[in-house]
Amino acid sequence: MSTRIKTAFANANAEGRGILGVFVTAGDPDAETSAAILDALVTSNVDIVELGMPFSDPMADGPAIQAASLRALKGGMTLAGTLEIARGFRQRHPDTPLVLMGYYNPIYIYGVDRFLAEASDAGVDGLIVVDLPPEEDDELCEPATAAGLDFIRLVTPTSDAGRLPTVLGSASGFVYYVAITGITGTRSAAGDSISAAYARVSAATDLPVVTGFGIRTPEQAGEAASRSDGAIVGSAVVEIIADNLGPDGKGMPETVSKIAAFVGDLAEGVAGKAG
Amino acid sequence: MIDVNLNSFRNQPDERGRFGMHGGRFVAETLMPLILQVESAYKAASTDDEFAKELAYYQTHYVGRPSPLYFAERLTAHYGGAKLYLKRDELNHTGAHKINNVLGQALLAKRMGKTRIIAETGAGQHGVATATACALFDMECEVFMGEEDVRRQKPNVDRMRLLGAKVHPVTSGTGTLKDAMNEALRYWVANAETHFYIIGTVAGPHPYPQMVRDFQSVIGKEARRQILDAEGRLPDTIVACIGGGSNAMGLFHPFLDDEDVTIYGVEAAGKGIPSGLHAASLTGGTPGVLHGNRTYLLQDEDGQIIDAHSISAGLDYPGIGPEHSWLHDMKRVNYVSATDEEALDAFQLCSRLEGIIPALEPSHALSFVGTVIGEMDKDQILILNMCGRGDKDLGAVLPMLEERGKL
Repeated sequence: MSTRIKTAFANANAEGRGILGVFVTAGDPDAETSAAILDALVTSNVDIVELGMPFSDPMADGPAIQAASLRALKGGMTLAGTLEIARGFRQRHPDTPLVLMGYYNPIYIYGVDRFLAEASDAGVDGLIVVDLPPEEDDELCEPATAAGLDFIRLVTPTSDAGRLPTVLGSASGFVYYVAITGITGTRSAAGDSISAAYARVSAATDLPVVTGFGIRTPEQAGEAASRSDGAIVGSAVVEIIADNLGPDGKGMPETVSKIAAFVGDLAEGVAGKAG
Repeated sequence: MIDVNLNSFRNQPDERGRFGMHGGRFVAETLMPLILQVESAYKAASTDDEFAKELAYYQTHYVGRPSPLYFAERLTAHYGGAKLYLKRDELNHTGAHKINNVLGQALLAKRMGKTRIIAETGAGQHGVATATACALFDMECEVFMGEEDVRRQKPNVDRMRLLGAKVHPVTSGTGTLKDAMNEALRYWVANAETHFYIIGTVAGPHPYPQMVRDFQSVIGKEARRQILDAEGRLPDTIVACIGGGSNAMGLFHPFLDDEDVTIYGVEAAGKGIPSGLHAASLTGGTPGVLHGNRTYLLQDEDGQIIDAHSISAGLDYPGIGPEHSWLHDMKRVNYVSATDEEALDAFQLCSRLEGIIPALEPSHALSFVGTVIGEMDKDQILILNMCGRGDKDLGAVLPMLEERGKL
């Protein structure tokens, strides 16, 4: 496991809380604002940063993250550009874990070996690639693990007992429990179902299990983090970007400050101080 | 061990759903258990005589199979070369080949105890066929269709609504077939336990490319038998149009090991390959991963998908079935293309000379036929898959013909 990811969970554990992970798309709405948003995440006490690699056809994402991808692409973001943003982040923030999340095609076209070498060199800790199930492990999971990057798996309500060992077998870093059967940002799961799923999944792995999809408020983040090893928030953060764009479609100072404020509230929620 | 697959083009895919490097199962984990269920249910059904019997019953009495193999005398005289036969799948109930596959998948869904169906559609033919099967088998039907296609294929939207289906216009992306498929997949992810997704073409995650091909292969099996009856020998050339490629795969597959049969797949060249405004994934694309499979795609150097362009909503797709990609790599099938304008001319020619109004999709194939058939000997035989009828296209085609002073 990446040392940074391990340390982040250990630190949160020492404080008696789960981790807070926040997702934003690289280059949304532009490269410069995107870097400033990442800085704001760190200063607002995010434990793990998930940086989306924009893709034209994000088939597991809801409208908010689809729109974020399109804004980033329209602003000229590429996979090379995403790796540059990651590299800059790592230079400014040596300790915060950084995970790249996205779809396989841009990586495949960039070249798997070249991508893994550059991602490692840039200081990326792990990868989440939505459309690569264990059945396709030789495509990216195996070479990524060999290159020292964690390959973080999504586990879903449809991953039953027969399926879990297959899904978790090649997982590393942490396990991302998708709390709803659905796409990102659309609906929310009940606390009880998160607890039941956590019990089921954590019994099948030694890795930390965090909850995501449909977590929109500090209260929900707090609940998910108390019922599992952490909470991940994406769409609700990305929507703040969509609602605070300048007339030219680029970011403004308040784009960053509003995200910092909201994420600060999420962090308090996860620390058990919400409401 | 000797790999018998090397001796045949008809034994793909492998157990991972790969056709050479193409195909596979590139889907989110939420869908994986479902896809595995579909695969095992299909495996069981495909060796079950009862399933075959039930499907054959509906093919005969409901669809009207076998479709005729018709000697197109006037087109043959017009081109002055080989004899042209039309495989008349446009005469099927609902007006296209799509129903062949839909009935198979709907019966499979029924076997699996699923009564709610999802489908994507481009030209609307697959949507209409799915809505039809759902009415027949008392299933709920939800069809995802790009809003641009809803506009240009209005008669089919009306048909689906009349048949009791709910049509969801898709506004994301460019509002065409690719976006309809994204949205159908998203909807399936959210309703994975209750719904069956009837994919309309030989694409998507394994086992769809294989399953759809198998259901469509009835076209080629019939054509093979019919041409042997009519001419006492196999054709020299067979031709079909390709969007995702299901009608073509259905015609081609039973002929793949007949090495004397030359095969052409005709993609949509839109406003011309150099213009960049086309839907020719093999001629103008590169291998990539989209919609659950690896295949040739229209994409930029960063791996972002480029919108396809074609006058025909049914061909307007930036990918192609993975088996076509493999047959292209293996050079077993020749993939060529025809432009919007060439298809329009063929549309009119076939209507005038044969009294058959073809869909815009096979009009592309007929246009290509016009470029090779004249060079063939008069005793040679060419079969074209007339995979759909053109009633649905009149709204789009008539103004274009009038504008060009051709009507």
